[in-house]
Amino acid sequence: MADRERRMTRPYGGVFFARTTVLDAAQVERALTRISHEILERNQGLENVVLVALQTGGVEIARLIARSLFKIDGVDVPMGTLDVALYRDDIGLRPVMPEAETEIPVDLAGKIVVLVDDVLFTGRTIRAALDALTDFGRPRSVQLAVVIDRGHRELPIRPDFVGKNLPTRRDEVVDVNPEGVLLGEMRK
Amino acid sequence: MSHHLINLKDLECSAIQELLHLTDRFVEVGQRSIPKVPALRGKTVAMLFFEDSTRTRLSFDLAAKRLSADVLEFPTHSSSLSKGESIRDTVETVQSMGVDALIVRHSSGGLPREIADRVKDSIVIINAGDGANAHPTQGLLDAYTLCQHFHGVAGPQASLAGIHIGIIGDIKHSRVARSDVHAYTSLGATVTLVAPESLQPLDLEDWPVKITQDLDSVLPTLDVVGLLRIQKERMEDGLIQSLAQYVESYGITEARAKTLRNEVVITHPGPVNRGIELAEAVLEHRENVLIQRQVKNGVAVRMAVLFRLLGSGVEID
Repeated sequence: MADRERRMTRPYGGVFFARTTVLDAAQVERALTRISHEILERNQGLENVVLVALQTGGVEIARLIARSLFKIDGVDVPMGTLDVALYRDDIGLRPVMPEAETEIPVDLAGKIVVLVDDVLFTGRTIRAALDALTDFGRPRSVQLAVVIDRGHRELPIRPDFVGKNLPTRRDEVVDVNPEGVLLGEMRK
Repeated sequence: MSHHLINLKDLECSAIQELLHLTDRFVEVGQRSIPKVPALRGKTVAMLFFEDSTRTRLSFDLAAKRLSADVLEFPTHSSSLSKGESIRDTVETVQSMGVDALIVRHSSGGLPREIADRVKDSIVIINAGDGANAHPTQGLLDAYTLCQHFHGVAGPQASLAGIHIGIIGDIKHSRVARSDVHAYTSLGATVTLVAPESLQPLDLEDWPVKITQDLDSVLPTLDVVGLLRIQKERMEDGLIQSLAQYVESYGITEARAKTLRNEVVITHPGPVNRGIELAEAVLEHRENVLIQRQVKNGVAVRMAVLFRLLGSGVEID
């Protein structure tokens, strides 16, 4: 889990304790390879496809998907990063800091944007991301790829590409990194 | 710990670095085709400028608007202040209207702090310049501009270590000089103040700086030539004998500019007295005059300060 998520998740400044391993490194890699194939299939190629990684958890995942797409199709898909802190609807309700880089390397008008994040939870980050994207142009479509869909949606948002659906309790914490996916909790 | 920004003296180096790092983000926002974010929607910022200001006011105004805050302009000239309403009444009125922040400028040093002590805890006070005391956002934007020049961005550990900065001019009456000294030295820069004795500050022993009256002796060692605006009334007060003599000793004339190494940069908080602090030709033709960059960064720095105090949910420590 990214350092910022750790600091901004209650209890603030807690330490993550893993209870179970949900996916190991090989399973994460297989899931990302499958997602890559699905992205190709859905869009009939990679023309006009742009990966936009959500800071900070989505960045490493998007890099791996880009690498996998290159292996499969030989195309270097443009990749950007997006920090949605300034677009969140919980500003004032919890600590929010834009600490990571937003860099969109191409004009998004007319493009197929694949948003990439590690975990889909309430859907509020994705809502903020959709708002932010419109400030960078009008994409032809926006799709969502996540490694883990852990449920508990608070908004009508669903992923297009999912590594694994993982039923969780609200107070649990999911830690995704290329070495594997862990389920656990934060402790002070 | 404070949720106001009154003086950079109150901030640890790490808090200054954090604000500068946050500024990196807002510089990026400023480069977007739509340079506006919804972060402070529903927040209201009141501008209480009891002293004339154009650029600082515009800069704060734009910063607040780019964060989607509402801006309440308090016209101090045409308002009831000219009818004898006290500053306390004004502050109470604006407070009752439910504003979230007061941006205060006043010719008397210490007023923002007094207001901060009186208002409700929920209201944020930002000092936009008080007398000769402090101008914290100017100090931040000058430090940011130098970090950006030397390192590209501020980054999480902004530093000006190894850089020799001269601050030249009317130090005694300058809140910009005071805030710059705090910002620069916190970040590890070496600072030398250059001024005639009559314009040197009286409380100098507390300042972590060197001081000289001789610009030409220190000029070859400077990486940054930081100029201050000379107020014409200083001449009337007899603190400098004549502008011509000031230019002779302290102006960056064409001849002096030629002696500077190419990589030396020049800053000025503006507006420049052309031909006095800085020769017209130097201003127009020399590369590395960072004045426009300072103005541009001013907006991003003020966005960072406003967001940090009003939106982030984290106190400055």
